[in-house]
Amino acid sequence: MELLSWGEIISRILMQLMPVWISLVVLFILSIMYKRKLGLYGKLFDSTIGMIGFAIVMFWVFAGFYAGALDWVVTHDPLSQVSGMKNKVPGTPMRGAEENEYAYFLLGGDTLARDVFSRMIAGSTVVIVIAPLATLFAFMAGITLGLPAGYYGGRLDTALSFAANLILAFPVILLFYLLVTPEIRLTGMPQYMAAVLFAFPLIFCTVLINSRLYIVPQKRNIVLSGALFVLLMLYISLINEAGSKITLFNAIDLFNVDGGLLTVFVSVVFVNSPTVFRIVRGLAMDIKTRDYVAAAQTRGEGPWYIMLWEILPNARGPLIVDFCLRIGYTTILLGTLGFFGLGLEPESPNWGATINEGRKLLSVYPHPALAPSFALLSLVLGLNLLADGLREESLKD
Amino acid sequence: MLFTALCLTFIVFFMTNLYPNLEKLAKSEGNFRMDDAAVQTMLSNRGYLQPLPVKYGQWLGVMPGYVIEGTDDKTRRRCQLPAMALEDVPKFCGILQGYWGYSTVFKAEVSSIIATRLSLTAKLMFWVMLLMVPSALLVGVFAGMREGSRTDRTLSTFAITTTATPEYVSGVIFIAIFSSSAFGLKWFKGTATKAMEDANLENFLLPVITIALYGMGYIARMTRASMAEVMTAQYIRTARLKGVSFRNIVVKHALRNALIAPFTVIMLQFPWLLNGVVIVETLFNYKGFGWVLVQAAGNNDIELLLGVSVVSVIVVLVTQLISDIGYVYLNPRIKVT
Repeated sequence: MELLSWGEIISRILMQLMPVWISLVVLFILSIMYKRKLGLYGKLFDSTIGMIGFAIVMFWVFAGFYAGALDWVVTHDPLSQVSGMKNKVPGTPMRGAEENEYAYFLLGGDTLARDVFSRMIAGSTVVIVIAPLATLFAFMAGITLGLPAGYYGGRLDTALSFAANLILAFPVILLFYLLVTPEIRLTGMPQYMAAVLFAFPLIFCTVLINSRLYIVPQKRNIVLSGALFVLLMLYISLINEAGSKITLFNAIDLFNVDGGLLTVFVSVVFVNSPTVFRIVRGLAMDIKTRDYVAAAQTRGEGPWYIMLWEILPNARGPLIVDFCLRIGYTTILLGTLGFFGLGLEPESPNWGATINEGRKLLSVYPHPALAPSFALLSLVLGLNLLADGLREESLKD
Repeated sequence: MLFTALCLTFIVFFMTNLYPNLEKLAKSEGNFRMDDAAVQTMLSNRGYLQPLPVKYGQWLGVMPGYVIEGTDDKTRRRCQLPAMALEDVPKFCGILQGYWGYSTVFKAEVSSIIATRLSLTAKLMFWVMLLMVPSALLVGVFAGMREGSRTDRTLSTFAITTTATPEYVSGVIFIAIFSSSAFGLKWFKGTATKAMEDANLENFLLPVITIALYGMGYIARMTRASMAEVMTAQYIRTARLKGVSFRNIVVKHALRNALIAPFTVIMLQFPWLLNGVVIVETLFNYKGFGWVLVQAAGNNDIELLLGVSVVSVIVVLVTQLISDIGYVYLNPRIKVT
């Protein structure tokens, strides 16, 4: 078999991504058909930039989902090494390919003779799971602390702002190097931090439900205990790990999160939450002077009801935009961690680590580093464009 | 601000002095097959097992350095350099006295390492600033001048693209395009090691552009937003109606007001630039401050890492101060009385 030409490579990659294209087309047709009924999401389809951004983001979401959950898009196992495929150029036929195996390395092989294309796609699975989740946790922490800081002001605000500025004054890279090392993991520090940081969603949901439903205690008790049960199980399973510092509830440990992954997750949340805190605090300070807040105060609503059900919904525009931007930033941070070989195990196909591996032979074999580079670039660009489109549309009304 | 600096250095001190780190240090200094007891004696002989606040005080120079008669009948004092008599060692020796410690990786004094490396990074940063700030401001002003025009669209998309490209991505792409021997143009060098002594366009442009590009997009967007806001102000409309030419409006009326916000942003970019410096210096093998940070952290060189963090924390805090002062100075509406 011969080397594929670039035209053939591109057409084969497009074919391989067929499920992604189909999902994208279906999603876009449905969204555009019903865009008037979909609120802010529907309005996104009025802006070209927003649509382009959304398409790029959803491309990676679908690709990551199909590769991670259904094993569809990838052509080979991203971890298996094939002899004779080391550093091969894109489009090289696979040596000794079996009947049921894909016959080509579409984007070539890397230094360990693994398929670059499959690793690039598999890398997106890691990103689309961790980045939004970490951002969500950072938002929970930032909102739970930022709302009271902005609403009450005073000493609480001073203390929390000082702490936030302290973390912000820390060079990110130094923090990563201090936090994400195997030695620190031995002390259990990431787990203690996880125990603190992951408690914020719990507090947030409890206060959210309680402040709304405290007038109907029966309903509140049912809803609250249901939600708390699920969240507590997740919380315990997350921070708990057999053979580490926190082993209190080993009996109800539902799933195990790899220690390295947890550390990465915690440090990314830790770095992001002070910025979210500052944004939420600023918004709360602005919104608390509005008339509807005064009206709620006159009605005799509690402070947490006002914060969570009056101020927060009215701050949603900037927060949604920042959420998109922050997922992009988190993606960059994850890549940075991978680039310095911190956290995730070196085998894993995350983009940062793959770039780091590929850069060593960059001047001779550029393709193993270029594929994940462009993947990361496009995803972050998509998120930025999406945020831009959302900002434009949310400013219109 | 002093309090912030103290807090931050204490955090770094605490984290670098956690027991597993010390254990690793002892093993890499002694040998890797040491048992726990040997590690213990070695660390306690060198004063590593004192209580944390005491150690911090000594390191800072506000408490007298330790004098420990070791179990191996050798008396050790803090800040005792190799080949230094016991009596010559000063009583107080810490950061405040100018004693920064001794690097275990480079076998040299931390202060001298940091001084040489910092000067190399200063060279890099000087060129980055020289390239980044004017071009970012230009892009921002041109985009914000006529909001919604085609120039605005193009420049804004460019700015978004650069903010979406972290240094390790743009650096890799640049090296592949401009210096790889596979299909690249071979215009520039893919490493900047030579640029440490003798920087020229060929070996220094790529690292500089790589850092500048990522920071540029953000500043440009800020400038654009600020410029667009100023251009809708009443006094601009008045000037317009008076018949002042568009060029004069932009240069004489709008520019100064529009540059207040970007100035603070530029100053606050420093912590981010430090991030970029570390990545780019690793990528291009330019042995500056960021490279030292990676070496110190990777090899568990505690004193060097502490020195590096002190410098970076000071840099960050000083730039914050400058940004506050500069804001007052630039903004005619705020007057310090």
